[in-house]
Amino acid sequence: MPVTAEDLDRAIRAAFPVSHLEIEDQSSGCGSSYAILLVSEVFAGKNTLARHRLINQALKQEISQLHAFSQKSYTPTQYAEYLAKSG
Amino acid sequence: MFQSVLRSSLSLHRSAISSSLSSKPFRRFLSQESRVKIQAAISEYPVVVFMKGNPEQPMCGFSRGVVKILSAFDIPPEKFKTYDVLGDPELRSGIKEFSEWPTIPQLYVNGEFVGGSDITMSMFQNGELETLLEQHGVIPKASELPSQSS
Repeated sequence: MPVTAEDLDRAIRAAFPVSHLEIEDQSSGCGSSYAILLVSEVFAGKNTLARHRLINQALKQEISQLHAFSQKSYTPTQYAEYLAKSG
Repeated sequence: MFQSVLRSSLSLHRSAISSSLSSKPFRRFLSQESRVKIQAAISEYPVVVFMKGNPEQPMCGFSRGVVKILSAFDIPPEKFKTYDVLGDPELRSGIKEFSEWPTIPQLYVNGEFVGGSDITMSMFQNGELETLLEQHGVIPKASELPSQSS
């Protein structure tokens, strides 16, 4: 069974308090490459490596079936700053 | 120091378990032999990348991205080494167990796991990668370079 965006969505929401989540399927439909952007308070006080490890751990099953997985992680405060800058 | 001793005793224990199960074609844990090999590989050069393909011919966009970023720093060849995991299935799975990181490429600086492609890219963009390479003496500090005439 290929991993769907819905599978990822469910797994992420089950593992983290989500304030914003974007899942982009970059595989043109073959279900093996995703990029996610997750905004969660759980990242507060953690560096990027620690944040990515949290996500990798929560999505262990799913990631093992993907060819490519790319992630961005922000705290709600950082995401607001990011939006303000890029807006 | 303590941690590495602890870790090696743990992995010895693991390899004892896995050798008792050695009739199985797949071992769940990284063998002691693989761990030693990987530890040697990441200690031998200040900057080590485990990737798909090689810098001249990367076989994956993420591997290409990491070597491209590193090429921006003019790291001396004697301080930089890449390993192609595609030709070595044991390394390909072993390195993931070693770093507890699920994907390739993987960047190491002075034996420490730095991150994969996303982390390398964001550290490049915010300047942390340059600072890291300077701190580890991989590249000269910007302040020590001859100042440019304006």
